[in-house]
Amino acid sequence: MISIIINICVVKKKWITHDEIMNVAVIAESTPGPIAINCATYVGYKKKGIMGAIVATLGVVLPSFIIIYLISIFLNNFLEIKWVVNAFKGIRVAVGLLILDAGFNMIEKMKKEPFQVAVVCSSFIVMVLINIFAWNFSSILLMFIAAIVSVLIIMVQEAQSGKGGAFK
Amino acid sequence: MIYLELFIGFLTVGLFSFGGAYAAIPLIRDVVISYGWIEEDTLTDMIAISESTPGPIMVNLATYVGSSKGGLLGGIVATFAVVLPAFIIILLIMAMMKRLHGNKYVQAILRGLKPCIIGIILATGCMMIIKNSKDYRTALIACILAIVYFVPRKIFSKKLSPILLIMISAALGVITYGV
Repeated sequence: MISIIINICVVKKKWITHDEIMNVAVIAESTPGPIAINCATYVGYKKKGIMGAIVATLGVVLPSFIIIYLISIFLNNFLEIKWVVNAFKGIRVAVGLLILDAGFNMIEKMKKEPFQVAVVCSSFIVMVLINIFAWNFSSILLMFIAAIVSVLIIMVQEAQSGKGGAFK
Repeated sequence: MIYLELFIGFLTVGLFSFGGAYAAIPLIRDVVISYGWIEEDTLTDMIAISESTPGPIMVNLATYVGSSKGGLLGGIVATFAVVLPAFIIILLIMAMMKRLHGNKYVQAILRGLKPCIIGIILATGCMMIIKNSKDYRTALIACILAIVYFVPRKIFSKKLSPILLIMISAALGVITYGV
């Protein structure tokens, strides 16, 4: 995805520089939502303000919207064919594998300090327990807890270094 | 009212999907199952289709879930809702000259969020594999796929594309369960 964005926005249309698009990619990493949307909004806003942002975002969403809408109309009939059902038995396993792999890739990019490692492990365990016991506990709540714990740790560290004197 | 539910459900997905497409999958699964919109298996099938069609996965899933629950309008509402937070947040960051982004408390929040999401994603992946390889044939497929996907990367550091993996898994499904 990002290579297509660079090709069109930087090389072909020269809307923004390569450095800028890299900057957007970094911001996109730490903001919610698909990176393509973030880039489209950024480039659109930069060139033509709010209207530009709306038009660019709409443009990047439209093709997948139309394709998936058409698929959704035919999917149920398609899923009644026997060999398709069997193919999807295999595909469902592959989807799990792809999701697992996405997690591994994110670990590679993550800073591996003790805090981060502990959070990865504990959220993994809690999620598995939620699934096994079918607890009514949303993953968003889990994310809130992790964020709050992280802020508290930073605050405690600051309070301590404040007491300890000039220590940055 | 289904449109309002779709809007709120996918707005939360759009708001909390830090870390891109795969971070959104556990959230979408949460929302879809808690509202009882579609079967979990159907959602898994749809993730595979989203991976094989162009466009961001979470936009594809929003369109699919929305339009299968509320027709064309449902699709539009869900897609709009999932995109809205990303759109607004980027505008805010640009307007505030990235000051917000550099704030140490924002950084602290992200420091907690990201590893938490990774744990959630890993757990979701594991649960999906276990759930879908209940009999010996799918368990066999799982082993073959894991070898095909991870071993070449370790040895040749070459990555099999997700679409190729999905195609191989489909072929294995047809071979083991018949046409």
